[in-house]
Amino acid sequence: MNTGTLNYVKLVVLALATLFTMIAASYARDLAYQVHMVIFMIVAAGLFLTTLRATDEPAAPTPTNEYFDSVVRAGVIATAFWGVVGFLVGVVIAFQLAFPQLNFAWAEGYANFGRLRPLHTSAVIFAFGGNALIATSFFVVQRTSAARLWGGNLGWFVFWGYQLFIVLAATGYLLGGTQSKEYAEPEWYVDIWLTIVWVAYLAVYLGTIIKRKEPHIYVANWFFLAFIVTVAMLHIVNNISIPVSIWGSKSVQVFSGVQDAMVQWWYGHNAVGFFLTAGFLGMMYYFVPKQAERPVFSYKLSIIHFWALIFLYIWAGPHHLHYTALPDWASTLGMVFSIILWMPSWGGMINGLMTLQGAWDKLRTDPVLRMMVTSLAFYGMSTFEGPMMSIRSVNSLSHYTDWTIGHVHSGALGWNGLITFGALYYLVPVLWKRERLYSLSLVSWHFWLATIGIVLYAASMWVTGIMEGLMWREVDANGFLVNSFADTVSAKFPMYVVRGLGGVLFLSGAIIMCYNLWMTVRAAPAKASLGTAVPAE
Amino acid sequence: MSKVPPKQEGDPNTTGHSWDGIEEFDNPMPRWWLWTFYATIVWGVIYTIAYPAWPLVSSATAGLLGYSTRAEVAAEISAVEEANAGINAQLASAELTEISADTTLNSYAVSSGAAVFRTWCAQCHGSGAAGFVGYPNLLDDDWLWGGDIEAIHATIAHGIRNEEDPDARYSEMPAFGEILEPEEISQVVHYVMQLSGGDADAGLAGPGAEVFADNCSSCHGENGLGDRELGAPNLADAIWLYGGDEAALTETVTYSRYGVMPPWTQRLTEAQIRAVALYVHQLGGGE
Repeated sequence: MNTGTLNYVKLVVLALATLFTMIAASYARDLAYQVHMVIFMIVAAGLFLTTLRATDEPAAPTPTNEYFDSVVRAGVIATAFWGVVGFLVGVVIAFQLAFPQLNFAWAEGYANFGRLRPLHTSAVIFAFGGNALIATSFFVVQRTSAARLWGGNLGWFVFWGYQLFIVLAATGYLLGGTQSKEYAEPEWYVDIWLTIVWVAYLAVYLGTIIKRKEPHIYVANWFFLAFIVTVAMLHIVNNISIPVSIWGSKSVQVFSGVQDAMVQWWYGHNAVGFFLTAGFLGMMYYFVPKQAERPVFSYKLSIIHFWALIFLYIWAGPHHLHYTALPDWASTLGMVFSIILWMPSWGGMINGLMTLQGAWDKLRTDPVLRMMVTSLAFYGMSTFEGPMMSIRSVNSLSHYTDWTIGHVHSGALGWNGLITFGALYYLVPVLWKRERLYSLSLVSWHFWLATIGIVLYAASMWVTGIMEGLMWREVDANGFLVNSFADTVSAKFPMYVVRGLGGVLFLSGAIIMCYNLWMTVRAAPAKASLGTAVPAE
Repeated sequence: MSKVPPKQEGDPNTTGHSWDGIEEFDNPMPRWWLWTFYATIVWGVIYTIAYPAWPLVSSATAGLLGYSTRAEVAAEISAVEEANAGINAQLASAELTEISADTTLNSYAVSSGAAVFRTWCAQCHGSGAAGFVGYPNLLDDDWLWGGDIEAIHATIAHGIRNEEDPDARYSEMPAFGEILEPEEISQVVHYVMQLSGGDADAGLAGPGAEVFADNCSSCHGENGLGDRELGAPNLADAIWLYGGDEAALTETVTYSRYGVMPPWTQRLTEAQIRAVALYVHQLGGGE
């Protein structure tokens, strides 16, 4: 099909989409759905008009002999933007917990803790982390396959389609459109949209690998591919639901009771395993050897820990449901697989850290490499802490306490945050063809602010988590409870303030990074032209 | 293609591939890593034999140790129940008014009652029992339905204005917004403020006395001292459940109030109800 005919097909589809969403917006049964249909309508109508203008006009030929980097540049900007938004909302809700008066009466129903909390988690995991993964995977797959991104403008569809998903999810939470599944809050039509975008992402990614000019597939691409495929499966299974009406956001889950809980935590744990671990390991496997300028430590280790990680992670979900209605056998298996998972997780840390053999001296001079190494240290720490917390008796103390929150954040801020910052510092000079970053000393500032912020966060949450767990179970000589729940809440107050301050430091570091990256593009000297980057021959 | 960084002396062999300048060494896996991995697998196999683990067609393996989380909790609970069975029976059957004289029984009851209070009562009355707007303070000696041990016990057992328990304490103040003129309401509000020594307008309070005598005194008493039989609060003691300023009192008189409390006989044992009654009684205001 030539571009001309394709444009007519597009016009028909977009016209129908505009019409349908217009009808849906007028029949809408709730506000979240109505706002979303209006957003869909504006997007579809806008695309209809731009397509109409381009139809029967001579199209500029798409370059095929250079990398498709414009979409990666957009991804870098989106990553930095959503990162700051997500961290900011995190700081706000941290202080809402410490000072409940910050749940203002005028913002009730929109910006109280209950509405903002999923906004924070989705913004950092899916908006910040997701954009980081899409951008770096598009960059890495092209470089390591020596091939331009497959699918032409499909790469742009993935990028913009994903941003639309983020906007729908975020506005949905604030307006109350949620299916109340942790990390899977968006309602059915947003889930369908994400599925379409994700399938396009898989197609672009696989297409590029298939047409690669390198004989072998680089290890980073195994991890990225495992992430894309598994997240597709997790997303679809956990979101099987029946809409109450096609004119409303509410839907009903197909699974119920303990089955629903188990599906949810199978999803939830593997969102951690495949989104936040496998995907980011893919990032690590490219940017660490690049920044250190050393070969990867061990090919054998990478292949064994990859397959072990992929096989084991998927079974570990039940450890989120110890001492619940879940049968004991499932809980035991979840715990056992979590502990066996310890070494496969550490394989990635070892391979990353040992890649620095022969380059350790660079840590003195290169704050970007220091950031990556610290992220690997946090990765190692949280992948030890995770299996430990999955042990039933440890979990009986830690579950439902702030220890879990501390664990998640040492992983998310330390591992996912720092490795992403490292990748962004590597990418910006390359993508905008600058000789170097604007300021290495600002990178050092970012590094220390972020690291101290994480330490304050994690340490305060360990303290309150363990204190809270001990207070909940404290009984007197006759076996009677000593503390009321409210007693444990008020005892946590000082640590909640420390946690908020840790968040402020982490956020300040990210803002410094944005300034530094902006100035790199604006003010750093351009790289002496060596010709355009060309896929290898 | 990106250039491959130069090798260093003593570097091991690579696998011979290069992607965008990245190569891979042909290093073996670290032994300690591999052996720890094997060890966790061996441990996993042993653990799943010892504990319930493997799903079968319609059940799952029970494990050699016969462990079960539910059995573990049940055993812990029954151990405590067994240990306290004797003294609980004593607590449930003793003459209620005489328990506080028995030091052993009383101190057991108070510690047990404190735990019951923190679990079931603190949500409304506060973990320190100081109450909140709409939820009575249990530390003072101002009682709506009586402050001796038997009255407190009856209130806890049956609750207030609920539909679950026919013995619940019950009374209902009319919403005077439908009965009195706004002006009369304003007058009676100022009269009530004057009763407790509040900052009242004497010009309004004067005629308010008559409104009070005609409409309120049947429950709250001629002098506004209240009536515990009806749960009608004392209006002269400057202790307010819903607030004693003009706005709060106008709201109360116009729309009335309807504070509720659940009956606890359905959720707590007699020994627990007695224990929490004794706990509340000794907080400071018990009669």
